[in-house]
Amino acid sequence: MKAAVVVFPASNCDRDAAVALEQITGTKPQMIWHADSEVPDVDLIVLPGGFSYGDYLRCGAMAGQSNIMRAVKEKAEQGVHVLGICNGFQVLTETHMLPGVLMRNAALKFVCKPVGLTVTETQSVFTRHYKAGQRAEFPVAHGEGNYVADDETLNRLEGEGRVVFKYAPGENPNGSVRDIAGILNDKRNVLGLMPHPERVCDPLLGGTDGRAMFESLLEALA
Amino acid sequence: MTQITPQLVREHGLNETEYARINELLGRAPNLVELGIFSVMWSEHCSYKSTRIHLKKLPTSAPWVVQGPGENAGIIDVGDGDVCVFKMESHNHPSFIAPFQGAATGVGGIMRDVFTMGARPVASLNALRFGAPEHPKTKHLVSGVVEGIGSYGNCMGVPTVGGEVNFHASYNGNNLVNAMCVGLAKADKIFYSAARGSGNPVVYVGSKTGRDGIHGATMASAEFNEDSEEKRPTVQVGDPFTEKLLLEACLELMATDAIIAIQDMGAAGLTSSSAEMADKGDSGIEIDLDKVPQRETNLTAYEMMLSESQERMLAVLKPGREAEAERIFKKWELDFSVIGYTTDTHRLVVRHKGEIVADMPVTALSDAAPLYERPYVTRAPATGTPAFDATKPVMESLLKLLGTPDLCSKRWVWEQYDYTVMGDSVQQPGGDAAVVRIHGTGKGLAMSTDVTPRYCRADPREGAKQAVAESYRNITAVGATPLALTDCLNFSNPEKPEAMGEIVNGIEGMGEACRALDFPIVSGNCSLYNETQGEGILPTPTVGGVGLLKNIARMATVAFKRDNDAILVIGETKGHLGQSVYLREIEGREEGACPPVDLKLEKKHGKFVRGLIEAGKLDTVHDVSDGGLLLAVAEMALASGIGAVLRTNYGPADFIPAMFGEDQGRYLIALPQKKADAVIAAAAKAGITIRHLGFTGAVSEMGEPVLQGVGLPAVGLEVLRSAHENWLPGYMNS
Repeated sequence: MKAAVVVFPASNCDRDAAVALEQITGTKPQMIWHADSEVPDVDLIVLPGGFSYGDYLRCGAMAGQSNIMRAVKEKAEQGVHVLGICNGFQVLTETHMLPGVLMRNAALKFVCKPVGLTVTETQSVFTRHYKAGQRAEFPVAHGEGNYVADDETLNRLEGEGRVVFKYAPGENPNGSVRDIAGILNDKRNVLGLMPHPERVCDPLLGGTDGRAMFESLLEALA
Repeated sequence: MTQITPQLVREHGLNETEYARINELLGRAPNLVELGIFSVMWSEHCSYKSTRIHLKKLPTSAPWVVQGPGENAGIIDVGDGDVCVFKMESHNHPSFIAPFQGAATGVGGIMRDVFTMGARPVASLNALRFGAPEHPKTKHLVSGVVEGIGSYGNCMGVPTVGGEVNFHASYNGNNLVNAMCVGLAKADKIFYSAARGSGNPVVYVGSKTGRDGIHGATMASAEFNEDSEEKRPTVQVGDPFTEKLLLEACLELMATDAIIAIQDMGAAGLTSSSAEMADKGDSGIEIDLDKVPQRETNLTAYEMMLSESQERMLAVLKPGREAEAERIFKKWELDFSVIGYTTDTHRLVVRHKGEIVADMPVTALSDAAPLYERPYVTRAPATGTPAFDATKPVMESLLKLLGTPDLCSKRWVWEQYDYTVMGDSVQQPGGDAAVVRIHGTGKGLAMSTDVTPRYCRADPREGAKQAVAESYRNITAVGATPLALTDCLNFSNPEKPEAMGEIVNGIEGMGEACRALDFPIVSGNCSLYNETQGEGILPTPTVGGVGLLKNIARMATVAFKRDNDAILVIGETKGHLGQSVYLREIEGREEGACPPVDLKLEKKHGKFVRGLIEAGKLDTVHDVSDGGLLLAVAEMALASGIGAVLRTNYGPADFIPAMFGEDQGRYLIALPQKKADAVIAAAAKAGITIRHLGFTGAVSEMGEPVLQGVGLPAVGLEVLRSAHENWLPGYMNS
């Protein structure tokens, strides 16, 4: 599996994503610069966490207008897989590659802690190595992760099996509607989620629940 | 031309003698720009004029020390070609006036100090002291400071992994924000600030200069009065986004060999960076202010030289390398401008609009800065063994202590900090020391910030020793070897002999402990004048320790690991209640002698515990400090969800002091009984006091984990946890 990680100004989980990818797939991903207008030939593009463009205007808004995102969007339309983590998820909603928006956390504070998730959809290349309904624990670290969409969109997302991760009952850290933590696009090749799977791939860091996502991708895209 | 009047001189924080000395050094009267430059360079904050002679008493070297105090940060060798670069610095005054921005720029400033030396920051810690919780300002300050730290550190993508949060009425008018940053660099890629050579380009990089922060260093060198909040314009405004770009751009430039010297523009901005770089390089600097990137119009030379706009650096490049450097900074969308050259004149010359607006010998700003041997008195230390009510129910007291502002869980704080970014935080907040893996290796850096101000008030010398000893213990408790310290010496007004006595005794006590424990000071700062309307803070010499954990797979943590482990106490429990949290919170008194520190025993016990952890024989260790033994046991139980039963045979008069006394040099450890016998035998052989306290794994009839023991009615861990976790969020949300 060939992967690339996009680096925006003030991305700060780009290295973490690259480390996890290399650890699990055995191949170093390519790092691509936000000002570039072409994405190399890869199977997976990762939009990492961080504070792209300082979160100015709105989280992900400026990154959404960058050269590289036009190219990422084209690749996604051609079927290349895209994984947006945290700030990457915000960028995906800003570019309308995923529906809905991510608002300020309900408690109005940045929150960093491990959070229990329920894997609600395993029919995807991102989650096939999880068991349906399984609990997984990923850390969150964000100030704007409160997922909001209209009821029609939400019903469609749930009806089409596009809500992939939900916060476990009672563990919603940000007020997201219907406890939504991660969603797919309609072609099911773009996943955005607020929790950080790349931070739980090493037992020394408090867990390995994130590995199954990268293993799923490796199996599907190798 | 502005007339330099005695009034103007006073407003610049200079006294008559100092002004006369400036005239003598220049051979003429200074103009306003020069007066401003002297004012910041000779401020307490920049010149350490009250403390310099005493700071010399601190040990600063060891075979593993690569760089001691005097540079942007201290550096120690951590083996395999890696060095650890670290420093702690106060941002107290700004954080009281504007808590969010003050704390944020404190974090930004200390990170620049670290990456200007070529290191990538890998961890942040913060030692915070606030006023009494019931003081009307406290909640607002806590909220702003924590949010400010989070906003900056989180955006930088540097994990905030540890620190302290305490409350005491003496900080009502002067909270303390001590920010520590730890970075890693390659031993052969360290950058210094000495601007050597003549004719080398001086470049300005980073953000544009504005009017913010003018006279910040002077503000930080005076006590507060009721008008202090009108000083808000002297507080700088931070932009972590630009700093993140500056970090990446600097590291990219540092990968080349284009840099001769580099320094961040911190306190006193362009003035101190240019003067200090020339001073260290034994050169001169000539700069043209018209070339300085400016974000406001009509900035005067005075404003530009004194601005503390953030996220700026000054570098001296090898001639001919300007274009290469400029390409990198443009890529990161940062300003880049050649603003001058080094010279061999040993003078700082500043031009603006074609005229020389300042021209002074560099040494007048550094070596010639005033040096005061201020008069001091050593107050007699508090003495005596306080009385206490031996009939108070111990479990009820424990529950109360767990929910006090100083001992409660600080989860509400650390959950606002990203402590897992960078993927190397192997010991997260809540333990004795934070541990960050040295990226790509099996080794770790252990770090902790410590000081017990109430001990320092009772006895500044013994209290400062205790701060160093506790740092040593916290680092040892995870299995690491303590290597070096950074310090933030927060005191009140040095012009008052009693406060100066606290400073002198504090520094001397700290030095004694550092020498005894082979734990030198490699960087730090002093924050004096922490006083409002005549009321000084508790003496607070904070230390930030760093240690090396050779094998993170063998790291110890405070959490119990198994049922039926023996719980042992290393070190003697005498039951010292003087100045304890118990005495203050349960008996309502702050009195008595503070617990004495036996440095020989500290070293001996530390070595013993470290040896067990390194040998893979011990994985559960907790330093015994505030709140004493019982509080430490409760924390170990809460961290694990495993209960404990204590089997002690103290008499009624000894029980409370044994459970809550704060005798120093102690560790609680837990390990399977079989191994415990061997450890007890080894301790006896080494002449170390060790005592069996109980076992892990107690449960109620309902099967719920409990803490119980002789004289200790069983209490469910969930009850203890509620007490521990609820106070801070309850307070902040009330």
